[in-house]
Amino acid sequence: MSEIILRTHALSRHFGGLAALADVSLACETRQVHAVIGPNGAGKSTLINVLSGDLPPNAGEVQFHGRDITGFSADQISQLGIARSYQKTNLFPSFTVFENCRLAAQSRLPSSMHFFRPAAAQADVNARARDALSQAGLAGRSDIVASELSHGEQRQVEIAMALATRPCLLLLDEPLAGMGTEESMRIVSLLRELARDHAILLVEHDMDAVFAIAHTLTVMVNGRVLASGTPEQIRSSRAVQEAYLGVANA
Amino acid sequence: MITRPRTVTLVALLLLIALVLLPLLAEKFTVQFATRILIMALFAMSLNLLVGSGGLVSLGHAAFFGIAGYCLALLSPPDHGANFWTSLPLSMMAAGALALVIGALVLRTSGIYFIMATLAFAQMLYFLLHDTGIAGGSDGIYIYVRPDANLFGWHPFDLEKFRDFYFVVLSVFVLVLIFLGALRASLFGRVIAGIRVNERRMRSLGFATLRYKLVCFVLAGILAGLAGYFSAAQFGVVNPDMLGWHLSGAALMMVILGGMGTLAGPALGAAVMLLLELGLQSLPAAGGIDLGKHWQLPMGIVIVLVALYLPAGIARRFGEADE
Repeated sequence: MSEIILRTHALSRHFGGLAALADVSLACETRQVHAVIGPNGAGKSTLINVLSGDLPPNAGEVQFHGRDITGFSADQISQLGIARSYQKTNLFPSFTVFENCRLAAQSRLPSSMHFFRPAAAQADVNARARDALSQAGLAGRSDIVASELSHGEQRQVEIAMALATRPCLLLLDEPLAGMGTEESMRIVSLLRELARDHAILLVEHDMDAVFAIAHTLTVMVNGRVLASGTPEQIRSSRAVQEAYLGVANA
Repeated sequence: MITRPRTVTLVALLLLIALVLLPLLAEKFTVQFATRILIMALFAMSLNLLVGSGGLVSLGHAAFFGIAGYCLALLSPPDHGANFWTSLPLSMMAAGALALVIGALVLRTSGIYFIMATLAFAQMLYFLLHDTGIAGGSDGIYIYVRPDANLFGWHPFDLEKFRDFYFVVLSVFVLVLIFLGALRASLFGRVIAGIRVNERRMRSLGFATLRYKLVCFVLAGILAGLAGYFSAAQFGVVNPDMLGWHLSGAALMMVILGGMGTLAGPALGAAVMLLLELGLQSLPAAGGIDLGKHWQLPMGIVIVLVALYLPAGIARRFGEADE
């Protein structure tokens, strides 16, 4: 049985006069991939930024496990078990791949206010970082400085870092962007695997991947939800075809 | 994270031996000058904790150096020394408390605004001491007798003796160096390094970054206070210049010259700056310009040359690795 862990109600965010998000209500369930699709500028990234606490919403409500978390800061939201990846790769470029992941894992310690406890000697943190790296297919790349990785591999580090924080909900902002076919397939199968015990909110442009793994789809246009439903419902929806899929397939 | 070639360790060890032997071989002036270098090295190292480790460029760091000096001056009775064992922690605590207040306010800004805010607070304190009579005004306060190390009747050292003073400062210097080395590799140190590289990412990983930056700011303030305490004890006088932006700027220069973010760099930078100052002050007149009097002119040229040819600092040139 899956249960709803995240629910938004009439979420809105505007930048000046531009409504990047207007009245967005959706839900994420455990063991489900909820994909959000839509043309550029539809508000998908803004949605993730608001849910992750990087941006406060102007109106509306976010509930996590039934608790109102609207306006929580990014670090509070992360500590609740909501992890995100960034559309534009956002790593610690001068640190090794392992250190990127190790820091992510370190964030789950009750406190890092320890001046004498060597970070490298935290066996449980190291193990969690290693697990996350091998899950994301980076086991052999630990000692490489992050900025020297290929773009696709940096995207994998993003996912590994999110996993190292032991989240129950993953907000993934175009995880496949810029990846080669092989890397892409690897991540798609990883997402499927992760969906067995996580809730995933996926923003993605790769329609093949989206229709292959999503249980629920929400289509956004101009900051609003145009349609929401199962992949079959979305595929056959006339409104969606006119507004988005038709254009994309043309 | 820190890979250090064996030669660097060897050089450090030889340097330490030289520092220990120095007062047994050198005369009073040299030992006192070396003490001054070690004190400024401590101050530069404390600033490096902010600038190099945390990426927080402060132009007001002298405030904490100066406040600890004033604290010692106010705790010193005119006819005998203040107790070393109580006045030292009190002065450091005063610097730490000030850093907590200033830090809580300035850390809400970043970049150039952070630089300006730190400068503004330090200058406010400078003028408070300079223009009011609360602590001797612009003349400052004299400390006639150095702190007394009496510990329940036992005197482990006598700060009035220049060799004892030197060894106490050298011990403190080595302890702080060890502390900062451990700090860099600690859980806290890694969080600070992460904040320097990408603070937003640290927040999204779940770190309440403001809290860590504030603790870093307070630690740096306490260590600056440690340096300021010994500086006041050495010179026997405190005045508002101890909190001025000139000193903050000089410390920043030492950090940059030596190598931001390296362990030994700020100390090397302090030594190079003070030795250059000493050397350039004894330059003869040339072409109608008294170079010794205008030593800042050749000093400026040296700094430009270092910036051009050793942009990452002296310590990195000699093989100290990055974090």
